Amino acid sequence: MLSYIIQRLFLMIPTMIGISIISFAIIQLPPGDYLTSVLAAMADSDVNFSDEQIAKMRANYGLDEPMIMQYVKWIWGIVSRGDFGYSFEWNRPVSELIWERMGSTLSISLLSLLFVWAVSLPIGIYSAVNRHSLGDHIATFFGFLGLAIPNFILALTLMYVSFKYFGQSVGGLYSPEFAEQPMSWAKFVDLLKHVWVPVVVIGTAGTAALIRILRANLTDELNKPYVLTARAKGLPEHTAILRYPVRVALNPFVSAIGWVLPQLISGITITAIVLNLPTAGPLLLRSLIAQDMYLAGSFILLMGMLTLIGMLLSDILLALLDPRIRFH
Amino acid sequence: MKKHGSEIAMEEDKPKITRLTDGAGSDIEVAGQWRLIWLKFRQNRVALFAGWVIFFFYGVALFCEFLAPTLPTVAQPRLTYAPPQEIGLFIEDETGQRRFQLHVNGYAMTVDPESLRRSFTSDPANIIPIGFFVRGEAYDMWGLIPMDRHLIGPLDPSDQMNLLGTDKLGRDMLTRLIYGARVSMSIGLIGVISSLIIGTVLGALSGYFGGWVDLAVQRLIEIISAMPTIPLWLGFAAAIPLTWSPLQVYFIITLIVSLLAWTSLAREVRGRFLSLRREDFVTAAKLDGSSTGRVIFRHILPSLTSHILAVTTLAIPTMIVAETALSFLGIGLKPPVVSWGVLLQDAQNIRTISSAPWLLIWPSLAVISVVLAFNFLGDGLRDAADPYDS
Repeated sequence: MLSYIIQRLFLMIPTMIGISIISFAIIQLPPGDYLTSVLAAMADSDVNFSDEQIAKMRANYGLDEPMIMQYVKWIWGIVSRGDFGYSFEWNRPVSELIWERMGSTLSISLLSLLFVWAVSLPIGIYSAVNRHSLGDHIATFFGFLGLAIPNFILALTLMYVSFKYFGQSVGGLYSPEFAEQPMSWAKFVDLLKHVWVPVVVIGTAGTAALIRILRANLTDELNKPYVLTARAKGLPEHTAILRYPVRVALNPFVSAIGWVLPQLISGITITAIVLNLPTAGPLLLRSLIAQDMYLAGSFILLMGMLTLIGMLLSDILLALLDPRIRFH
Repeated sequence: MKKHGSEIAMEEDKPKITRLTDGAGSDIEVAGQWRLIWLKFRQNRVALFAGWVIFFFYGVALFCEFLAPTLPTVAQPRLTYAPPQEIGLFIEDETGQRRFQLHVNGYAMTVDPESLRRSFTSDPANIIPIGFFVRGEAYDMWGLIPMDRHLIGPLDPSDQMNLLGTDKLGRDMLTRLIYGARVSMSIGLIGVISSLIIGTVLGALSGYFGGWVDLAVQRLIEIISAMPTIPLWLGFAAAIPLTWSPLQVYFIITLIVSLLAWTSLAREVRGRFLSLRREDFVTAAKLDGSSTGRVIFRHILPSLTSHILAVTTLAIPTMIVAETALSFLGIGLKPPVVSWGVLLQDAQNIRTISSAPWLLIWPSLAVISVVLAFNFLGDGLRDAADPYDS
């Protein structure tokens, strides 16, 4: 088991480097650098610098070094000191801005993952056991719909419906009167009233996909002779279904962490922009539009790393659950 | 197929059967691979219907100038956020007789004395007759043929017909939706071509050669699928210089969208190559002295065309959604280009949506139906791709 984990960790390294290179490429993509924009702003207010001063400033910020050196410095800063660079728009280190936002991104993603699991398990089992029943067809229909509706359209629609029919605005995480208060029971209840919208919005597509997979896997299992044996020896139906076949068919639930998590993080980005949630999404969009590139690049890097860790966790959990993978 | 069938028949019972001439007069039904696929696909009614839906949308995209009642840029400053009109069938003339005449009702405007907001209601007294193949705004069909006929519109070009309402500048939603189909639908198609090329070539190389080529390509795919797509799209799209022309932006957006979409195709192609490269016909081709390129492109790839077609169909909706999402956020396509994402950009805040829900409903419905149709069609194609599979 340990050797499997170590092997898996080593395999992760090239992927991590790849992700960091892509993130750095995004930082470098816009034409010009930070100094160009500062000088433009200075020139607007009639402050001009000589070429010599500019060259000195360039050296100060390390902008005169070759691209590879800048990349190595950036990565080294992150690894050794947790220094992600400087946000030019906010005039603060990126690391001060990023953690809180990444934290709320992660918590909403995890909450959505729980939602995906909790909803798809019973529906998936029901669909597999009662194939081609009315309920199964309804679930399939909604599943297809859930896969087809883009997150932001679903969010807008929910916003419209709840505004029009319940007279309630669903943006943000708290109602205005609670926003500045310290955490309390009332505030927590208020949070629950708001947080279900993004959770449902970003969880829908994953739920639909997982129901389909569970239904297919469980159908295969239910046709196997051991289920027949279980029924023949008189086990009650729910035991015959739940004790073994469901457990065997559960593997995709664990591997789902690996491929649902990128989906969720991707989904929360755009949903948060629509619903105005204090997660990474709105800040990322803003930093990209303002070309505050170290902030933007760091968000993209961290989001990539998050999904990578998710994949690692799901692989390890799978190996724990399923000896066939461990001894492969 | 035919030749083969006749030879077997001759070997087995020589005396009874005379040599078959090609096709004519034979009792044996012969169906090639593609015919088998078609026969199997045809049984899936949902997929067939989805195919027609997509055909319809591409038809709309192709003939959008003619199908749209007016031009997407025509603004009616007095009719901002006007609600959709209903088509009526009969009108009563002065003598009280009802006769058939397609028409819509004009608007009656009321101004809220406090907020000074204008609101429009249907005015049954103001009847605007409409008809088919009417003269309207002049346009160039496909940018080439000057025309002024529109499929449907008011008989008097100075009247207003807004079947799906108007936007904040009083532009006709139906017209903009129809023009948006051209941009949104074509982005999916063009994007899929480039990801088809990247995916097939990399998947083929990786599956055929194996070893370090395979390892490198697999790492690349893993990196790309580990990145959450929307942040990455955002990152690339935000770097597009503001000075670029709409056409340049259009092509770079298709490229960005397809850069991340080729991985599923590459996976599929690789898997098929892994199982096919040990098949007899590949060995035979190699022994015949075919070059590597010939083995890959002439012998192996054609045998998985149907699978590639299925995966490609399933990749198109992702790209349409990607374009819509980017444009919605304001860093994809920008006005004056009209795409469904650009239309949705107008429906960003709850105030607009609640006072003019048609700005959200119609573009969303268009996106969702296209995505659904592509998914059903792709599923149908995937099931039919292997006609011998039960």
